[in-house]
Amino acid sequence: MPVNSGRYRSVEGSSSNGSPGISDLAPGIFLENVSFAYSEKEIFRGLNFTVEGGLWTCLIGPSGCGKSTLLRIISGTLREGLTGSIRFGGFARQEGFTAWMAQKDLLLPWLTVLENVCLGARLRGELTEEKRCKATMLLESAGLSGYAQVLPSRMSGGMRQRAALLRTLMEERPVILMDEPFSALDALTRLKLQDLAAKLVRGKTVLMVTHDPLEALRLGHRIYVMHENRGRLSRAIVPPGTPPRKAGDPALASLQEHLLSLLEGKESA
Amino acid sequence: MNLMRLLAVAAGLVVLWQGVVLVTGVPHFILPGPLQVIRAALAHQGPLAHHAGITLVEIVSGLFLGTLVGVSSALSMIASRSLKRWLLPILVVSQAIPVFALAPLLILWFGYGMLSKVAMAVLIIYFPITASFYDGMRQADPEWLELAKVMDAKPMAVVRHIRIPAALPAFASGLRVAAATAPIGAVVGEWVGSSEGLGFYMLHANARMQIDAMFAALTVLAVLALSLYFLVDYAMNRIVFWQKEERKEDPKT
Repeated sequence: MPVNSGRYRSVEGSSSNGSPGISDLAPGIFLENVSFAYSEKEIFRGLNFTVEGGLWTCLIGPSGCGKSTLLRIISGTLREGLTGSIRFGGFARQEGFTAWMAQKDLLLPWLTVLENVCLGARLRGELTEEKRCKATMLLESAGLSGYAQVLPSRMSGGMRQRAALLRTLMEERPVILMDEPFSALDALTRLKLQDLAAKLVRGKTVLMVTHDPLEALRLGHRIYVMHENRGRLSRAIVPPGTPPRKAGDPALASLQEHLLSLLEGKESA
Repeated sequence: MNLMRLLAVAAGLVVLWQGVVLVTGVPHFILPGPLQVIRAALAHQGPLAHHAGITLVEIVSGLFLGTLVGVSSALSMIASRSLKRWLLPILVVSQAIPVFALAPLLILWFGYGMLSKVAMAVLIIYFPITASFYDGMRQADPEWLELAKVMDAKPMAVVRHIRIPAALPAFASGLRVAAATAPIGAVVGEWVGSSEGLGFYMLHANARMQIDAMFAALTVLAVLALSLYFLVDYAMNRIVFWQKEERKEDPKT
């Protein structure tokens, strides 16, 4: 098993010309000695975890083991009761590094799809014509060009989640955190959206929580199984080939079995 | 449509009313029939229009001012925690004290004119407006707020672009309640002390045993209140346009 290195990676060809903005980088995420307690209940103690830069990392585990909590600690939305250090590449600060995608699409029902995709810029007071153009282009690339001026309620669940993915990309953040982003979709839509996501986020650092072993195996460069025991993590599982892998890949079948047995806690990592 | 059904119900009630009058034969000074009331309304249309105008101005100004004060209170409660601690008791007290008991005081302080009636209406609608708007803003989906936080949103932008729109459906309910109750405030104020308005006119007609004229004033008041309610309802449905869209979605799920 290859051990994950803590190197600081940048996307090809971006750092060579002048000083790169943080959106051009794909920093690793480094958690050192992280402990977290939520109203007296200890969830993590002395957790060390490294997410490799520029790769898609999947975190899988039983519900209630703290996967989502870990994502929220990294996103900076959970700070109370937190000790230890969280760094992105060489930086300690959390603002401006992460984009968030949840299981719910979280589209605002009173905004059009285009406005929803531009939500981050609007909330920071940076909404420009340039941003709108970029969002329009993104919508086209995701097959939603005819829906820019439509309210989200007019779209299917799959289309809404696609719009949510684009909103995440519009943030131009180097790290994308996903909390079971495809689990509310039907099987076919889910596969399609996984392919689209894999194509669009290439080169960024992605940490995705999922409860679906197949999803983890299709998308992850690295897969970790989390146990209920205060955030204990398995060693990295590295499926062969490059994501998105085919769902019917025979190599994935045996790995899936391995993952399931890890999830059941039969094999300790 | 809603309005058609309302008209049908009203017509049914009028027929029932006429039926009761015909069958029981109550004297007209106890319960006049609908036709008598219409006749009285036509006979007194000059004074009725004058007094209805006064009451309408009171109701609309009360509704406007009460909404203004209520919305400002709710916004300050969302914006500042310490302001919330001071405003919350006021909000509860405004609901706990029966406003009718305050009417004589308000007349004493603000006089026999319109001001005391507007104050009554403001007091009566302050709670539904403030409570509905504040609760709506507070109950904005926490996941929206979390997303906004990861987006490094400015606090005021979150209020403007997420909390306020998210609160509009609840606020619309509060405003509907306010539109329905503001007339009560105005009329109670007029009963306690005034020289103008439909409430005054009704007391006056009652004292002179002009029961048909009293009923005519009552009808005008009901029409005023209902029109106001439907106007508010229509406007809020236009403003909260996405709610209708979402309701259309519902049957599928």
